[in-house]
Amino acid sequence: MKNVKLRAEQLQVFYRDFKALHEVDMDVLTNRVTALIGPSGCGKSTFLRSINRLNELIEGTLTGGQIYLDEQPIYHRERDVVELRKQIGMVFQKPSVFPMSIYENVAYGPRIHGVKNRQQLSEVVEKSLKAANLWDEVRDRLNSPAARLSGGQQQRLVIARVLAVEPEVILMDEPASALDPISTSRLEELIGELKKQYTIVIVTHNMQQAARISDYTGFFLNGQLVEFSPTDELFVNPRDKRTEDYITGRFG
Amino acid sequence: MLTSSGHDRMIRCFLWFSGLSVAAILFIIVAYIAIKGLSVVSLDFIMEAPRRAGKEGGISTTIVSTIYLTLVSLCLAVPLGVGSAIYLEEYARRSSRFAGLVNLAAETLAGIPSIVFGLFGFVFFVIYLNLGWSIISGSLTMAIMILPTITRTSQEAILSVPIQYRENSLALGASKWQTVRRVVLPSAVPGIITGIILSIGRAVGETAALILTAGSALGMPGGLFDPARTMSVHLYVLAMEGISMERAYGTAFLIIVLIMVINYLANLSLSRMTNPGRRI
Repeated sequence: MKNVKLRAEQLQVFYRDFKALHEVDMDVLTNRVTALIGPSGCGKSTFLRSINRLNELIEGTLTGGQIYLDEQPIYHRERDVVELRKQIGMVFQKPSVFPMSIYENVAYGPRIHGVKNRQQLSEVVEKSLKAANLWDEVRDRLNSPAARLSGGQQQRLVIARVLAVEPEVILMDEPASALDPISTSRLEELIGELKKQYTIVIVTHNMQQAARISDYTGFFLNGQLVEFSPTDELFVNPRDKRTEDYITGRFG
Repeated sequence: MLTSSGHDRMIRCFLWFSGLSVAAILFIIVAYIAIKGLSVVSLDFIMEAPRRAGKEGGISTTIVSTIYLTLVSLCLAVPLGVGSAIYLEEYARRSSRFAGLVNLAAETLAGIPSIVFGLFGFVFFVIYLNLGWSIISGSLTMAIMILPTITRTSQEAILSVPIQYRENSLALGASKWQTVRRVVLPSAVPGIITGIILSIGRAVGETAALILTAGSALGMPGGLFDPARTMSVHLYVLAMEGISMERAYGTAFLIIVLIMVINYLANLSLSRMTNPGRRI
């Protein structure tokens, strides 16, 4: 019995007249890493951002079809989008730390969700930084500005900030694209650890990365999900000619 | 024929001269006023009330009036100005007709000469609302005058906050207002303060509109409904009615000092607030 965390059914996204996503069906399994690959503008980020309803921030966006989180529809009149985004965290391409201290960055989420007790906050901050493999590097300077951290540290801080909200799903939009190779490998290691507790959906333009870290891979092209299979199968035995062309580097 | 490097040198020379003249103009004005006015400036000049229409005594009441009027104006204009900026940049749809109207209004208000505001303030606040020549009439008029400056500079400050901050905050489950209050506004504070400093300069320097709305009584204002004479108005009256040029220069010198002190304090609070280690 497969444990489905997220299910997309006939998901379509329009930006005004432009159809960015064509009827996508996909099952994302619990505690697995699902990678989304494809050339720029293929719809993979649009798909990712529709999972936490972040596309709604762009004026003129229209979403059709449905996504279910634990069998509950997320595009629903009575769905509280704030609550939804608590359950589904997101890490962006460019690490964007807030102009505050390291501590305050991680405490941001718990604070806005009503945690006031200082002891409790400190515990969450420590736990989250440890889970993001950053604690040992910053434990002595929690009150210094987060902007002074290196790019790789900032990206792990952003992950700690997401973990502090205690989400169930973590979306990652090309999280390693701005990082150097060493920081990237640390991040990949971290993703491997995080999947024990979280369900991860990651957009990447790096096929080797998708092959290394993911359990399932979806290949997007021109707004369509061309192929979705276990990662081993997709890279070794692609069913679709277009997938084969892409992963062998014939375009894109 | 000039060689291109000769041409370059000429341009450079001209630009250097432009820079020099800006610095020189400020220096000459301040020096001139200081030479002419410093002879009357003393602690007594600052602390004593004017006597015989300002011919004798100090200017203490006008200093208090200036600060009083400026503070009340800011209290009225800053919430409205920052509020409308937040509405325009964070809440209104780009295509909204109402937002277009608010933008147009802010632009037009900024271009209206102060004497027109003075006339309106006189007719509406002083006479129609029967508030009389008073701090409150002057402040309401002043608030309308500085509102577009505060709105515009706040808008620019909010616009310059990276969109990623908003996305990250919303993705963490923050509401729109939490995002604005905890992430956007703190990052926009330096720009907002710049607008407030510009507004203070305008309020401290204003004369025409204030003579029409706050009057020119020399007494110490006791409350919002008392008339008041600000330093700039006092300077104008001293000079125009030939009461004392010396004291006019002394007042001018103190106006410059007051503006410098305000700028310094604003910058100080700015660096405190933007200290990245602060708690939110």
